[in-house]
Amino acid sequence: MKLQVERDVLAEAVTWAVRGLSTRPPVPVLAGVLLEASEDSLTLSAFDYEVSAKVTVPAQVDEPGETLVMGRLLSEISRSLPAKPVSLAVDGAKLTVSCGSSRFALQQMPTADYPTLPISPEPSGSVQGDVFTQAVAQVAIAADRGDTLPILTGVRMEIEGDKLSLLATDRYRLALRELTWNPSTADASHVALIPARTLSDTARALGASGTVGIALGHAAGGEGLVGFEAGRRRSTSRLLDGEYPKVTAIFPTSVDTVAVLNTATLTEAVKRVALVAERNAAVRLRFSEGQVGIEAGQGDDAQASEAVECNLQGPELEIAFNPQFLLDGLGAIGTAYARMSFTQPSRPAVLSGQAEADGDADESYRYVLMPVRFAS
Amino acid sequence: MVLRNAGCEHMFVSILHADLDSFYASVEQRDDPSLRDRPMAVGGGILLAASYQAKACGVRTAMSERVARSLCPDLVVVPPRMSAYTQASRAVFEVFHDITPVVEGISIDEAFLDVGGLRRLVGPPELIARTVRSRVRSEVGLPISVGVAQTKFVAKIASAVSKPDGLLVVPAGGETAFLHPLPIERLWGVGKVTSAKLHARGIATIGQLAAAQEAAVVGELGAAAGHHLWALANVRDPRPVTPGRRRRSMGAQRAIGGRPRTGDELDEMLMGLVEKVCGRLRDSGRWGATFTLRLRLADFNRVTRSRTLPLPSAATQTFLRVGRELLEQASPLIADRGITLLGITIAGLTTPDRLQPTLPFDVVESGRVDQALDEIRERFGNTALTRGVHVGRSRGWEMPRLPE
Repeated sequence: MKLQVERDVLAEAVTWAVRGLSTRPPVPVLAGVLLEASEDSLTLSAFDYEVSAKVTVPAQVDEPGETLVMGRLLSEISRSLPAKPVSLAVDGAKLTVSCGSSRFALQQMPTADYPTLPISPEPSGSVQGDVFTQAVAQVAIAADRGDTLPILTGVRMEIEGDKLSLLATDRYRLALRELTWNPSTADASHVALIPARTLSDTARALGASGTVGIALGHAAGGEGLVGFEAGRRRSTSRLLDGEYPKVTAIFPTSVDTVAVLNTATLTEAVKRVALVAERNAAVRLRFSEGQVGIEAGQGDDAQASEAVECNLQGPELEIAFNPQFLLDGLGAIGTAYARMSFTQPSRPAVLSGQAEADGDADESYRYVLMPVRFAS
Repeated sequence: MVLRNAGCEHMFVSILHADLDSFYASVEQRDDPSLRDRPMAVGGGILLAASYQAKACGVRTAMSERVARSLCPDLVVVPPRMSAYTQASRAVFEVFHDITPVVEGISIDEAFLDVGGLRRLVGPPELIARTVRSRVRSEVGLPISVGVAQTKFVAKIASAVSKPDGLLVVPAGGETAFLHPLPIERLWGVGKVTSAKLHARGIATIGQLAAAQEAAVVGELGAAAGHHLWALANVRDPRPVTPGRRRRSMGAQRAIGGRPRTGDELDEMLMGLVEKVCGRLRDSGRWGATFTLRLRLADFNRVTRSRTLPLPSAATQTFLRVGRELLEQASPLIADRGITLLGITIAGLTTPDRLQPTLPFDVVESGRVDQALDEIRERFGNTALTRGVHVGRSRGWEMPRLPE
């Protein structure tokens, strides 16, 4: 194998391909990145049985061939090279990387032991890149970061025709985003539980592209996989296995009190007041006509309070939240106004977005938050 | 009361150990007359407390409800009301503080009181102990047992022996006569493992432990535990009552030889430590938020790495994940500079009644595995169940510790 490739192109491609590789893989070859040179392109692949990544970049190929080298090392080397063309050449047991006056010789790893990547899938449909990135970010914040219930570390993707919905919950809050996508068949219908961390990484890495293709079910090369592609980047992830809890019933069927507030003003106020809320302590919100009083701290502890303008419909209400969970939701709605809907102070509250103070509710994203009990 | 060394004030008995009887259960019986004088327990799934009537049938704290019902078919189980217990505890501690400023709370339902300074003002400790009992009974409506002695550990044993609803004064100089016939399990820090080791050497009572050679006890139990228990058996416990002390963290550690360790060996040790500490957390009914990994390198310098969870937990799996991440981060350092001790500490302890409630949907209850494991270990001992990687391995030294 012998080829030349632009430094930036190589660095970006290797970094993307190896980003999911474990530092302590179960089998040593899984720390490798596979380089395949064909006519006028270089394909880099990485796979750790959970996640696979494959990217093809233009290259001037003198001799086609393939080699496997340590992924993270090649990534670090390529990022530190000067901005000059890079040449890669297999020389005996080594891969030589030369750029300007720098030369590196990397040990080749045995390609015979390297597993076959899942087949590059044909997409089941596509979604606009920026929409997908935002939607995944909005939902992934609510996924469980602990391991007590592995199923909740996933984002549940459901597809019904041209409707795509993403849902995650850690049992304290739940986020649901609904959007329209372009299925390749009108009767597309899938449910997949994708590890939240992998999905976030993938969405961030692919979202810059115009459109992202998503492959599910047979199209992904098996029931247990999901595939993504954007431009010349493709990745697959193993799905989580198990029964996702039935959560649709937690959306209240009726609402008693609705408050509309300026998102940025409320966010700033909650952040300030929460400074005195000791670990896990709540911020208390007292909604009355025209304003909401925000308070934290009690007894001998430091205390803080602040009032924020609000448009209230329905009975006055006093409710308390974990401040970080509230801020996560406010940060995710992505609209100038926040709409909070309540029934009882002990029942889940629903946060959604609204473009204008007196406009219509935008319910494409809903963040359901369980209140904290009032300290007696 | 035997008065000796009358000229020397601190030789008087002056330490009270006040311990509410079956605390949660007593609060429930106080508040609901229909529960009085009958076997009842507080809990759900796992019992948090049992009334004396239930204990008479063999029902024990931390037993599963199912097992308890098989022992005691008439058992009434009520759900816990943590806020009521907190309130009752506050009221009891107010009584303590009203009686003496020197109160050291040990937990929600027990405390040490030093009443030595009240002899001239109020009266002798035995009289004050009676006051504590009658005031807690009349003002809070709960039974409380009190042990009075010259040292904390004797006072604590005395209150345990006096239960239920009792008072026992161990006079100065009478400690040996009181302690020595008691089984060694009455000593703080003698759990199943230590008890078995001592019994194997023919030591069943505190008196036999006191009579044993200190060096032999140390040889059997290790330096720290051996010296400590032998000193206790010989009635040496100089610790004063320190007001305002409350356990802030729980931890465990393991010293290891200086040879290089593989990642897998360290992972095994970490697993053992996390299981041990999380089990203790759950035993004490508390959850922790901050996990600290403590390392001592081959050059005996100490290094810590810590992380705080978004919400507290007592789940083994959650802390194991955090611990593994921290150990992974520290692995270059360990490879470079060696490791001679691995320890963990879980801090930021809270009681679950302060926790964030969950959304109302059905989900496989988290912590079910932990709960099942805890039940098995409770019934069959700590070694009844072990992770595959720990089979045939030493679990490291079990340090004696105060009851949580």
